Amino acid sequence: MHGVSALTTTTALTALLVLVASWLLIGALGLVQSNRIGWVARTLFPLGALVALGVAGMGAMSLGTGFAAQTGVLAFGLPDMPFHVRLDALSGFFLLLLGSAGAGISIFAAGYFRHGEGTAPGLLCLQYHVFLASMALVVLADDAYLFMVAWETMALSSYFLVTTQHRIPEIQRAGFLYLLMAHVGALALLLCFGVLHGGSWLMTFDSMRAATLSPAWAAAAFLLALFGFGAKAGLVPLHVWLPEAHPAAPSPVSAMMSGLMLKVAVYGMLRVSFDLLHAGPWWWGMLTLAVGLGTALFGAVFAAVQTDMKRLLAYSSIENIGLIFAALGLALLCYAFNMRLLAALALTAALLHALNHALFKSLLFLATGSVLHATHERSLGKLGGLIRRMPWVAALALVGTLSLAGLPPLNGFVSEWLLLQAFLSTPSIPHAFINMIVPLGAAVVALTAALAGYVMVKFYGVIFLGQPREPSLMQAHDAGWLERVGLAWLALGCIFIGVFPQAALDAIAGVTQTLLGTVVQRGPAPWWIAPVAQAQASYSGLWLLLGMAGVIAMMFVLVRRMYHGRVRRVPPWNCGYPELTPRMQDTAEGFGQPIRHMFGPFFRMEREVPAADDPAPRYRIQIDDHFWHGLYLPLARIVGWLADALSMLQRGRLAVYLMYSFLTLIVLLVFVL
Amino acid sequence: MNALALVSQLGGVVLAVALAPLLAGWVAQCRAWLQSRSAPSLLLPYRTLRKLFRKDAALATQASPLFRAAPYAVFGAMATAAAIIPSVTTDLPLARVADAIALVGLFATARVFIALAAMDIGTVFGSMGARREMMIGFLAEPALLMVLFNAFLMFGSTALPTIVKGTLDADGLTLHPSLAFAGVAFVMVLLAENARIPIDNPGTHLEVTMIHESMVLEYSARHLALIEWASWLKLFNYACIGFTLFVPWGIAPRTAGPLGLLLAIVWLLAKLAVAGAVLAVIETVSAKLRIFRAPEFLSMAFLLAVLGLLVHLLLQS
Repeated sequence: MHGVSALTTTTALTALLVLVASWLLIGALGLVQSNRIGWVARTLFPLGALVALGVAGMGAMSLGTGFAAQTGVLAFGLPDMPFHVRLDALSGFFLLLLGSAGAGISIFAAGYFRHGEGTAPGLLCLQYHVFLASMALVVLADDAYLFMVAWETMALSSYFLVTTQHRIPEIQRAGFLYLLMAHVGALALLLCFGVLHGGSWLMTFDSMRAATLSPAWAAAAFLLALFGFGAKAGLVPLHVWLPEAHPAAPSPVSAMMSGLMLKVAVYGMLRVSFDLLHAGPWWWGMLTLAVGLGTALFGAVFAAVQTDMKRLLAYSSIENIGLIFAALGLALLCYAFNMRLLAALALTAALLHALNHALFKSLLFLATGSVLHATHERSLGKLGGLIRRMPWVAALALVGTLSLAGLPPLNGFVSEWLLLQAFLSTPSIPHAFINMIVPLGAAVVALTAALAGYVMVKFYGVIFLGQPREPSLMQAHDAGWLERVGLAWLALGCIFIGVFPQAALDAIAGVTQTLLGTVVQRGPAPWWIAPVAQAQASYSGLWLLLGMAGVIAMMFVLVRRMYHGRVRRVPPWNCGYPELTPRMQDTAEGFGQPIRHMFGPFFRMEREVPAADDPAPRYRIQIDDHFWHGLYLPLARIVGWLADALSMLQRGRLAVYLMYSFLTLIVLLVFVL
Repeated sequence: MNALALVSQLGGVVLAVALAPLLAGWVAQCRAWLQSRSAPSLLLPYRTLRKLFRKDAALATQASPLFRAAPYAVFGAMATAAAIIPSVTTDLPLARVADAIALVGLFATARVFIALAAMDIGTVFGSMGARREMMIGFLAEPALLMVLFNAFLMFGSTALPTIVKGTLDADGLTLHPSLAFAGVAFVMVLLAENARIPIDNPGTHLEVTMIHESMVLEYSARHLALIEWASWLKLFNYACIGFTLFVPWGIAPRTAGPLGLLLAIVWLLAKLAVAGAVLAVIETVSAKLRIFRAPEFLSMAFLLAVLGLLVHLLLQS
């Protein structure tokens, strides 16, 4: 990598800016012939995917050893406040994530968007690429001004994408909630940057790094950042917009929001807490860790009882964000006790899980898009048996499913393994209370990971396996080749990281080196990791895969050699019951029933159980969030009440308003004199 | 990696695969004796396997490729798991490939595959069994991890051979209170994960209660054989994990020659005989729990293991 980095010391940042600009250009070109699918989808989106690959490549380059951060000043912005941009290992890693997952999503989107689904394709293309470009700019920004401009552009463009089908009232509501939460979060960030400059009134990140804040102000900045970025990432209790907005958006947009945008929030949290605030006292870590673990468990439990496939994935995103923030909190905690290696291990787990989640969650959201197009159904209760009608999507979604369930030898397992290893080393923290509480976090992580397995069996089993629950599903068709390529790209990413985990760890090493000044130990081979010490723990995805594949192949051959491979097709046995209808299978509600039973207090349940003599019995259950009814609705009521109270001032009579002006003038005069 | 290590590595897997049906037969025999029934032959599982492999596979018309692939995947995961458990010797080249966490991951892989396959045909029992199996699984898996973490805290490694070495190298016999908690939790997890009474009964086909059996109802012939074999192998693996954590005496150290390995095999057989008999006793004296008591049983195992962690951390500080 030395030679490469020497070549690119001046050009990588420029190239990235050109790539971002070309995203904007591609978006603008969509307006030229905004209704021609052939132009917008088949030409512009694949071009956008190529640009995404370029962004990923540039991001990967900046992760090489010996890469020095590059800065630049753009001639845009306010007269005295030009835009500053900076490329370092942290932004490089997130650009790699953005580009590699974004390329797959764009290729899929090329085959996905069509007429008659709300916004015109050309306009959609503009919003889509502005969204991508703004995320890249957030990551590249080196002053608070550009950061906030890009952050707001990201929120607005994604709002328009969410409300693509804006005529549906439900989607309008989801969009409004999203916009509201995005702005509450943005306000917190604005205040956070207001604190961070430390009285210098300079908005560049450089001056914020140099600023010395009193512990109280630093804590205020940290809490504001946790609130602001947490609202974007979906930390409990700021998660309410996520399960509404993700299902409302078209699937490639859901994939971008869940796979990419939530990671941009993680980036922001890392940038502010580690880079600008240089980490802080241990309670920052404890707080983040506790919020993260709570979010993870909450998301997993709620995902298990969902009946809408995209809502299920949205809750699963909340779970994964929780795990990422838990790892981040652990890193902050260990850093506060000056345990650099352990902090690096936890941070590596956080970053790798972010990358993994970007890959497998995008893959699954896109797969739901294919299912949605093939069946026009989002409800799990009306799907089933699609593995026979859509073998490609089913096979590729299986990879994502197994990754998300955290199973070896795929990528989800690697990051969970790292996180557990980090937790296992926490008894050595030199604090008598923390070193007993924190290791128990491993129990929560283990429980969450196991619940994720439950959720994924439900997701895959109800959609793709079993018998079709509706007759119309027999007409379902497999995805087109562009969609398959997009899915396959993401699935290959999942397999690659799972099998060659050290390659991903090498990429992350640059980030931990920049932020913490330490890297985890290098494994003996690209397929072999041993982040702490070879004697403590090591893992090799490739060998595990070879071991399993070897046994499977050997058994396959042996059985056929020694016996035979004959198969007779017969009707299913079903314990001898002659009639087998699709309604006999578990529904999504049925599959989630044990979780509902066990975690009852988590939910706010409304159940309608039919009476015994009901001629047309109907069982209905609605599961709601306690936070919505206990926190948000009361808040909304208070705000409404305050607004009503203020409206007392609006009398609608000129004389009264003139009196207001007069009174104001008097009061001001009193102050001046 | 020397030749002996390679031989013991491959030999360990072959031994596990070959002995697993014997262990199942032994447990069945002990159970029969304890219940005053005339016992089936010790070799019955082998005969069952041969019978099943010979038959033509009757496959449901709507079965997808996943359904046919799942038995191989389950067997592959279990055999790979056997490769990383130091049942005879700690000199396992593959044990560095995957540690105890990966072992739990392998078990989870097998479970997810068999649950997915159960949902594939779309029968009543398949999806019911899959749901119950996943319910048991998501509680048992963290409990098992917590048990393993107890051992980790003691020896500072999640690699099983290092844990064995740690116990064998210790001077004299020291009783660790945390391991006592972990031991009870482990036995509970073992019972639940291997479809044993009080959670499940391998000998019944009663619709209302079965878990494991209802998932494999649609399987026949070689697929069923592989699944049965894999579940015996799972029991064998669990027994060996128990040995490595709690009674590692007799496992050959790294320096042992061929004779030491033979002695270790004898030790292993003796321990398996005792463990099988104990398992039969537990199964005979306990009654099967209602399905919704199973979460209580397993959360108790989970809490016991967590308590073990806490006890260790408290005593340490």
